Amino acid sequence: MTQKTILNDAHRALGARMVDFGGWDMPLNYGSQIEEHHHVRRDAGMFDVSHMTVVDLRGAGTRDFLRRLVANSVDKLKVPGKALYTCMLTLDGGIVDDLIVYFMADDWFRLVVNAATREKVLAWIAEQAADFDVAVTERPELAMIAVQGPQARDTVATLLGDGNGKTVAKLGRFAAAALEGTAFGDLFVARTGYTGEDGFEIVVGESHAVALWMALHEAGVAPAGLGARDTLRLEAGLALYGQDMDETVSPFEAALGWTVALDEGRAFNGRALLESQADGAPRQMIGLVMDDKGVLRHGQTVATANGAGEILSGTFSPTIGKAIAFARVPAGEPGEVTVDIRGRQVPVRVVKFPFVKNGQPADGV
Amino acid sequence: MSEIPGDLKFLKSHEWVRIEGDGKVTIGISDHAQGLLGDLVYVELPAVGDDIQAGTGVAVVESVKAASDVYAPVSGTITAVNEALADKPETINEDAYGEGWLFVVELSEPDQLNELLAPDEYAEQIEGEED
Repeated sequence: MTQKTILNDAHRALGARMVDFGGWDMPLNYGSQIEEHHHVRRDAGMFDVSHMTVVDLRGAGTRDFLRRLVANSVDKLKVPGKALYTCMLTLDGGIVDDLIVYFMADDWFRLVVNAATREKVLAWIAEQAADFDVAVTERPELAMIAVQGPQARDTVATLLGDGNGKTVAKLGRFAAAALEGTAFGDLFVARTGYTGEDGFEIVVGESHAVALWMALHEAGVAPAGLGARDTLRLEAGLALYGQDMDETVSPFEAALGWTVALDEGRAFNGRALLESQADGAPRQMIGLVMDDKGVLRHGQTVATANGAGEILSGTFSPTIGKAIAFARVPAGEPGEVTVDIRGRQVPVRVVKFPFVKNGQPADGV
Repeated sequence: MSEIPGDLKFLKSHEWVRIEGDGKVTIGISDHAQGLLGDLVYVELPAVGDDIQAGTGVAVVESVKAASDVYAPVSGTITAVNEALADKPETINEDAYGEGWLFVVELSEPDQLNELLAPDEYAEQIEGEED
């Protein structure tokens, strides 16, 4: 059955074109995906991400549990409010999900996990938690709005008024604050996002979500749909679960080696495989730009000096004006790379990602 | 939904055909189709001189979202293509029935025109598609 977020009517009232996204009825765009994309890069846009799942972990064993559950080390989180991006792995080292862990107190960590993987991830967390003194609570009554773009922080800070506004304006990158008694109820505001722009992800109670959405809209924040979210995140070099990684892929093969902590003495799920790949995994994820006209798409075959691979996420980049993509290919120097587009071998360039930095094409792209 | 010009004929797969009266027709995709596709970023057109067969894919329009084949509504020879779309594919979004035309065909089987949908038949079809 199709699920709806609390903002469903608000999207329709703003003229959204709705699509099914992993069982959720979500806005694809509100007219033009490309205009929404540019608006986020140049000003501020907002996304309904309430389909993502907030999970609270509470109890004395929470930190120990997370040491086991995720590949990055939660011991890097020393100050309450700090956040960590990491992968949750199978026992064999495949990626169950990518997620953000927020450290709020010694007995309270918050996870935000993907929409599409919700059931699988909740079952996995529950199963893994059984050995630890930790209570796992899903928070379906919480909605989530991401406000992103160069004007996002100022706009949200102003909207929240003197005290709370100051608190969020001072938040460091990848940090969060729990705010009580704002005009929109209790909020959890994190300076995180999925667009490469500065901004916040705001967790709000469902009863206040529509009011917050409308207030942001009146403050000049443009609603943006899943279409723009996808082009923005790919430009920013951010991977999408299910497309760029899954349980058959290790973090090293998904260009997420930087999120792996092989810290001494920590037994975490999948560690054995990661140790075996620390000096080199059989496959790698590379960034591609195509100078020819056309669009790189998921599933297209990529030819390299070391053999064939395939396009993972691929799209037209509105900021660069060319097609960009991630591809998974055999390890090693890829050499000259071509992509099979409807039977034509089109040359592409291997580039570092992010493809876009500070709203501009990155050097070398 | 925008008005559908009364002088056009259509394929179910959203191509339009304008009869130019000199044995030639101009072909494009409907305003409804460009709306479904969203922002267009690339158009792959046939070459002038190509012989095309009704019902086969002859062009590709790509939006940010997806690539879609454009099918030939009629058989014949391509006599002109809209080169301007190479630099401005978004013209199709802005003016699907005018400046956003794709190519011109000299008909080899003029009777095929009788099999195409009239504007009201096409309007009925796309109404049925909507939620």
